[in-house]
Amino acid sequence: MAVTLSVNGQSHTVESELDTPLLYVLRDDLGLNGAKYGCGLGQCGSCTVLVDGAPVFSCVTPILLLEGREITTVEGLGTVDEPGPMQRAFIEEQAAQCGYCIPGMMMRAQALLERNPSAGDAEIRAALEPNLCRCGTHMRILKAVRRAGQLMQSAAAPGASEGAAS
Amino acid sequence: MTGLGIERPTRRGLLAGSGALIVSFSMLSRAFCQEGEVQNVGREPEVAPELPGSLSEDPILDSWIRIDPDGGITVFTGKAELGQGVKTAIIQIAAEELEVDPAAIELVTADTGRTPNEGFTAGSQSMQNSGTGIRHAAVQVREILIGQAAGRLQLGVDQLRAEAGAVVAPDGRRLPYGELVEDQLLHIEAVPQTRLKPTDQFRIMGTSMPRVDIPAKVTGGPAYVQDMRLPRMLHARIIRPPSYQARLLEFDAAPVEQMPGVVSIVRDGSFLAVVAEKEFQAIKAMRALSTRARWQEEASLPPSADLPQLVRDIPVHEDGIVAEVLAAPVGVEKTYEATFTRPYQIHGSIGPSCAVGLFENGVMTVWTHTQGVYPDRKAIAEMLGMPPEQVRCIHTEGSGCYGHNAADDAAADAALLAHAVPGRPVRVQWMREQEHAWEPFGPAMVTHVRAGLNSSGRIAEWNYELWSNTHTTRPGPAGALLAARHLAQPFPPQEPKLQITPSGNGDRNADPLYTIPSKRVVWHFLKDMPLRVSALRALGAYANVFSVESTMDELAIMAGVDPVEFRLRHLDDPRARDVIVKAAEQFGWATTTMPPNHGRGIGFARYKNHAAYLALVVEVEVERDSGRLRIVRAVAAIDSGEIVNPDGIRNQTEGGILQAASWTLYEAVSFDDTRITSIDWSSYPILRFGAVPDSIEVHIMDRPGEPFLGTAEAAQGPTAAAIGNALRDATGKRFTDLPLNRARVKQLIGA
Repeated sequence: MAVTLSVNGQSHTVESELDTPLLYVLRDDLGLNGAKYGCGLGQCGSCTVLVDGAPVFSCVTPILLLEGREITTVEGLGTVDEPGPMQRAFIEEQAAQCGYCIPGMMMRAQALLERNPSAGDAEIRAALEPNLCRCGTHMRILKAVRRAGQLMQSAAAPGASEGAAS
Repeated sequence: MTGLGIERPTRRGLLAGSGALIVSFSMLSRAFCQEGEVQNVGREPEVAPELPGSLSEDPILDSWIRIDPDGGITVFTGKAELGQGVKTAIIQIAAEELEVDPAAIELVTADTGRTPNEGFTAGSQSMQNSGTGIRHAAVQVREILIGQAAGRLQLGVDQLRAEAGAVVAPDGRRLPYGELVEDQLLHIEAVPQTRLKPTDQFRIMGTSMPRVDIPAKVTGGPAYVQDMRLPRMLHARIIRPPSYQARLLEFDAAPVEQMPGVVSIVRDGSFLAVVAEKEFQAIKAMRALSTRARWQEEASLPPSADLPQLVRDIPVHEDGIVAEVLAAPVGVEKTYEATFTRPYQIHGSIGPSCAVGLFENGVMTVWTHTQGVYPDRKAIAEMLGMPPEQVRCIHTEGSGCYGHNAADDAAADAALLAHAVPGRPVRVQWMREQEHAWEPFGPAMVTHVRAGLNSSGRIAEWNYELWSNTHTTRPGPAGALLAARHLAQPFPPQEPKLQITPSGNGDRNADPLYTIPSKRVVWHFLKDMPLRVSALRALGAYANVFSVESTMDELAIMAGVDPVEFRLRHLDDPRARDVIVKAAEQFGWATTTMPPNHGRGIGFARYKNHAAYLALVVEVEVERDSGRLRIVRAVAAIDSGEIVNPDGIRNQTEGGILQAASWTLYEAVSFDDTRITSIDWSSYPILRFGAVPDSIEVHIMDRPGEPFLGTAEAAQGPTAAAIGNALRDATGKRFTDLPLNRARVKQLIGA
């Protein structure tokens, strides 16, 4: 069945069964790597993407729910040559070991900071609670999200020369 | 390109017409492994033990470093990136000694078709082995190129210097490396002596060069084997047996074969899999087939309620004397005796294991996140009945592994399925519940210590026993591969053997580094493995350091001596003393007092007693009502020898602390009499952000000119110990059974 999805600002029509979780359409039909399979149960957050700005577990969200909604993956935050503030912050803080969980972390943090770029440590910890990291990179992830908030705020400040790429 | 270069694995480098040095990979066809994790693969005598690092395994320079006529530099390591940052560190080392920019180096990692055989990427050994070998090779390559230039320019070598990929003469003339490369120039054996660059001349080593792999990982680049998309690639899923001893009786394939996208159903004995065009089609077919398969199960697991009893009930196969200082204990006045336990624990990679296989033109290629491409190749070749030369294993990153997880098993699955469906690449990824239930666990352990103090408050005797399986059941043999055990013609697991080695296995760090006049350390080796086990980060050191360091605190309390001071009194090694003093100072040990319900504790070990030194002080807070224990802050000091990348050492150490904290506070595999029952993150919870400490500090000791000591596993044991000691300080109770979870804490403090 043909379904039209809006992903990172672009419209895609894919042939897929409607019960297919978004994760597999993103990865297999659209060739996007950012969302990762971790548990398929909504327990680890490595598949986290944004739907209309809210974080969702793409591994348990069937595409039949998603027509007409705006989906954002980590690829929508910037590119390797022009990383967005969230991506810059994770690079600058070297906030990854294996990195497998990191795109999901970034998307959940992005949802928080889009609502509240000045979110404090307690809010960031609370927001990231659904997402698991096994390498123990938590301290750096927290630092990176705080830095991303600062980058977003300075980019949004009047007179900022470059806009945030998100 | 599949199979390129693997038909003649013993060929040595030869030259293309242009004069390019084609790197050979003089594969000395010996499966070797490091650091005593060698239960199943015999280590043969080293060819040239005097050569530094991994050069002793492959002494030919151009196995490690290739320079093309256009100046392109390729460095080859047999080690694999596991998220520990080894690629970045090796590039730094090579760039430093070759006098080039790091960006000028292309690094090729573990690939049986291209790189030397460096065994397993394990045991915090990559810097000592590959880093050391490549560093010496880089110096020797640089000196050869300078010698070449000296001949061409009719100048002495001491008049020339290497700079930015060229040899430069005093008058400014430059001869780029590419122009200096000639026939077989680097195809020579390394020499044992190398003049390494002194630390004060470093440009790149010793700096926190950003990790080369992070930008792709945070922008959705193809970073993992999970991200591979080869042309015409198929997706597969395995229908695993429901329990260890289950046998497949029958299944109804017909309805599943009709499902959309299903290409093939593969069955061999109790190995059952579906292959489909798309990934979710494979998953749906797997689910459908699961409900149509009938298994015969067997209640083969021991009672899980009493873990110490479970371990003690396994018959002791053999005793190994780990350490023995035979002196009659003198003047023992007080004795401390206790039993400690550690449960089965999982690696728990966030991304379940994955591999891609392709069988084409008689050659099997497997892209895998294995820790050992060569041993994995050997096992897969044996399983498929193919000559190893026709199997190529290419390391491709996966989710962090922390030891022997299901990576090799997924590689075997992919190889079997690619063999069954030749000509098209087959990608297989495990489901979460399969990873949780089937990966080889870190073995449960029981330890018993009896230690005595004399009248002057010194340790007079030390008796330590541990009961444990082997901590290594890695490939090499096909029977190490899960799927191979399930085939109609199964490959049985190799019988584990007790080996006492300097690096240790289950007995790693069982012998305390402390100065003790009379001691005996024994490993009661358990051969039967009711649960599948293998190497989990730090092997036995996690439980042994927990036991030893808990005991040190109890002895200090008995002696009426501060625990930091007590340790220092029993340590002669100045580097050991330095990390303890550093961690204590930075924590403010002498000046800080703990608020109510807070406690502080120290843990120390020199990993394997010959690698990195690490001391850790933690502050914990205990909620008396709930038994909840929270780490408030952690301060570590580590001595890894010469520093290549300080931030890399910090990142690994922070991660080691948090991962070990998760093991220590929460983690235990659960099972009933037949099945593993901890099969997801709900039944096997791990650390979440709500419990992450307020701060972690890592202080790195500066050791210019010292050998690399490795980093990645140094924190595991000291973390458990420091938490246990802090809990003792906060509550007055000694906790001896891991994990120190809420229920146990609440019960013991009687809240």
